[in-house]
Amino acid sequence: MSIKLDHVNYVYGQGTAYEIHALKDICLELRKGEFVGLIGHTGSGKSTLVQHLNGLVKATEGHIYFHGEDIYGAGYDMRRLRSKVGLVFQYPEHQLFEVDVLSDVCFGPKNQGLSREEAEKKAKEALTMVGLGEEFYYQSPFELSGGQKRRAAIAGVLAMEPEILVLDEPTAGLDPKGRDEILDQISLLHQEKKITIVLVSHSMEDVAKYAERIVVMNQGEVLFDDTPREVFCHYKELEQVGLAAPQVTYIMHALRERGFSVDEDATTIEEARDTILDALRSKEHN
Amino acid sequence: MKNEMVQAHGLVYEYKKYDEEGREADVTRAVDQVTLQVQKGDFVAILGHNGSGKSTLAKHMNAILTPTGGTMWVDGKDTREEAHLWEIRQSAGMVFQNPDNQIIGTIVEEDVGFGPENMGVPTKEIWERVEESLKAVNMLKYRHHSPNKLSGGQKQRVAIAGVVAMHPKCIVLDEPTAMLDPNGRKEVIRAVRALNQVEEITVILITHYMEEVIYADKVVVMDRGKVVMEGTPREIFSRVDKLKAYRLDVPQATLLAYELKKAGVDLPDGILTREELVEALCQLN
Amino acid sequence: MIRDITLGQYYPADSILHKLDPRVKLSATLAFIAALFVAKGWPGYLAATVFLAMVIKLSKVPFSFMVRGLKAIVMILMITVVFNLFLTPGDRILVQIWKLRITDVGLRTAVFMAIRLIYLIVGSSVMTLTTTPNDLTDGLERLMGPLKKMRVPVHEVAMMMSIALRFIPILLEETDKIMKAQIARGADFENGNLMQKAKNLVPLLVPLFISAFRRANDLAMAMEARCYHGGEGRTKMKPLMYVKRDYAAYGAVVLFLAVMITLRIVL
Repeated sequence: MSIKLDHVNYVYGQGTAYEIHALKDICLELRKGEFVGLIGHTGSGKSTLVQHLNGLVKATEGHIYFHGEDIYGAGYDMRRLRSKVGLVFQYPEHQLFEVDVLSDVCFGPKNQGLSREEAEKKAKEALTMVGLGEEFYYQSPFELSGGQKRRAAIAGVLAMEPEILVLDEPTAGLDPKGRDEILDQISLLHQEKKITIVLVSHSMEDVAKYAERIVVMNQGEVLFDDTPREVFCHYKELEQVGLAAPQVTYIMHALRERGFSVDEDATTIEEARDTILDALRSKEHN
Repeated sequence: MKNEMVQAHGLVYEYKKYDEEGREADVTRAVDQVTLQVQKGDFVAILGHNGSGKSTLAKHMNAILTPTGGTMWVDGKDTREEAHLWEIRQSAGMVFQNPDNQIIGTIVEEDVGFGPENMGVPTKEIWERVEESLKAVNMLKYRHHSPNKLSGGQKQRVAIAGVVAMHPKCIVLDEPTAMLDPNGRKEVIRAVRALNQVEEITVILITHYMEEVIYADKVVVMDRGKVVMEGTPREIFSRVDKLKAYRLDVPQATLLAYELKKAGVDLPDGILTREELVEALCQLN
Repeated sequence: MIRDITLGQYYPADSILHKLDPRVKLSATLAFIAALFVAKGWPGYLAATVFLAMVIKLSKVPFSFMVRGLKAIVMILMITVVFNLFLTPGDRILVQIWKLRITDVGLRTAVFMAIRLIYLIVGSSVMTLTTTPNDLTDGLERLMGPLKKMRVPVHEVAMMMSIALRFIPILLEETDKIMKAQIARGADFENGNLMQKAKNLVPLLVPLFISAFRRANDLAMAMEARCYHGGEGRTKMKPLMYVKRDYAAYGAVVLFLAVMITLRIVL
């Protein structure tokens, strides 16, 4: 049960003067139940990559297997794939169009061929998952706050009951409150519904806090693919490609240089606090 | 009032919501009794989450909105007086959140020239202003480019240059980095700081990214239309509990210091940068 | 698909055509279009071809860009050709299939109409590809200046056009994005009959209009913040001034028109 990219290449505007090799020989496997953080700066190919996962963009070379089936094979049902691999675009609230929130969330399930009744049932479940209660069902989506709009839009994808949820910078433009609400909600989906999550983000802190595995993209290639700790060990290489490790990583390294016996691989505030406290205590004992 | 660039006194802004039949349904008070002074040459940051009234307040500084109660003076002029409108807009320039929706020109240099054109600046001087403004934000080599081909950070710097070319005394930036990636954010903040330090332009930066306010002379925190905290970054960030209650972020170094203090480590208040934290921890030994 | 529209897409290059005064390019484009309808017989079209080829060469814009604009009118082109081909009566019938017949005159008219349309689009593309939208509207504003006396809001119209041109690429990109987002939610923009297709466009059009209004609102505010208050008392960063090459270009256009008219009278 996985999605597997096998030597995927993607070239924009092939054969023209504007040819851009956006993805170069990507081999990647996303396994069931993972929480993967996908990072890379603007133009690194991460947005193009996620659009391959549900067949919106077709690789110019290579294969993609979903549950072992080649999605480019003859007669493959792309629409089914799209309901299994839910893709939430950047600023997803820009896709809202219905008169009320419930109808908007029903759009996906109805496209799957469900009856109005079944679609509404799915929509209500999805809205509950993103923390929007009954009082929002019959409100116009355009009258919600920024964070609520975004959650409604995410519910629109969740209502299709995807096995994999791909979110392209779901927190862009939100304030800290909105950001935490969305990320906590996503984390909850991952833990409770066992949905595989791919989180595209610029924020190392967010990725370090939530993801179990980090894929770093640079110039259309996978630069690192490992646990957060292992990836952030390479903070110098990350800087060279215009990225940075979480602030905590830098603090840990600086402390180490100044003679503290701290764990350099700590990436979150909690880990850092504990290792610093340990280091301070062991010093006192000496 | 000579040294005050922006001064708000008991400022209130209310707007009415209408129901479907066009009757008045609700009055929302977006800015509530705000009294605030910004000195000339200062770098002031205004923090607060969405809906806290910070953007509404910002729009008063450029006379896009005028107060429904209280008074707003910009460079000593009351914003409610029609006669001062263009003077105020010229002396307090404004940069908005979405870089695409504020660039008018189809070529970078033409966009930067838009403000001076509106002010009736002679052609030769427009060219000089465009050149120095683009230089000030380090975008001169893109002068002949189309804005559509630039990155978010570059577009935002073009927008800043467009304001600088109007020779303002003050620039109000309304969440200029909210839609940018980390590199774009750094570029913009670097440009803004340079304007403040080199050109001595008063800067009012509205944001919710904490790393951006570390360099400010003064930080103002808004919540539900009111100013709830005011002070230097160090003063503000020594109140981690209060900031958390307003659902605002704290720089990671400050947060770590706060956690360590809670666990009993003896650290000074108001640590802002990772260097300060490392230094303070070393002092303990 | 929608990206193929080249009208309003400036191609930056350093050529004499790029440097020409927009008023010259506007007048020349009009003259060229007029000439296309004056043209008669092969020599006329040959002259137009030579003129267009020279202009394209001078513009330093890759030929593929000019042709791209044609994709948008392929349908119109086909219809025109088919109508002219089958419905023009003539003396000699070349081919007859069932009730449809192609005559010699029909064939000629169809070919000439096709050439006219293609040249018209390519000719206007040359102008838009070598002129920034701002220059273009400046040129229009100046050329239509006399209309101001008749209370036509020339400046406002020019400003509106200029803004429309700047936002076309942005809105096209946005259309693409919304389309993809709705396809990801199972929307179908390709199948179904005409009614269904129209209905399926709702999830695309509603967000697009909302976005356009939001952008318009933002832009109006940004323009006001930068002291925009109409054309009154406004100076120009790039005022239009004729220089030698502009007079030379006018000369060339007049010469071309003269050739075309002569050819028409002589033949």
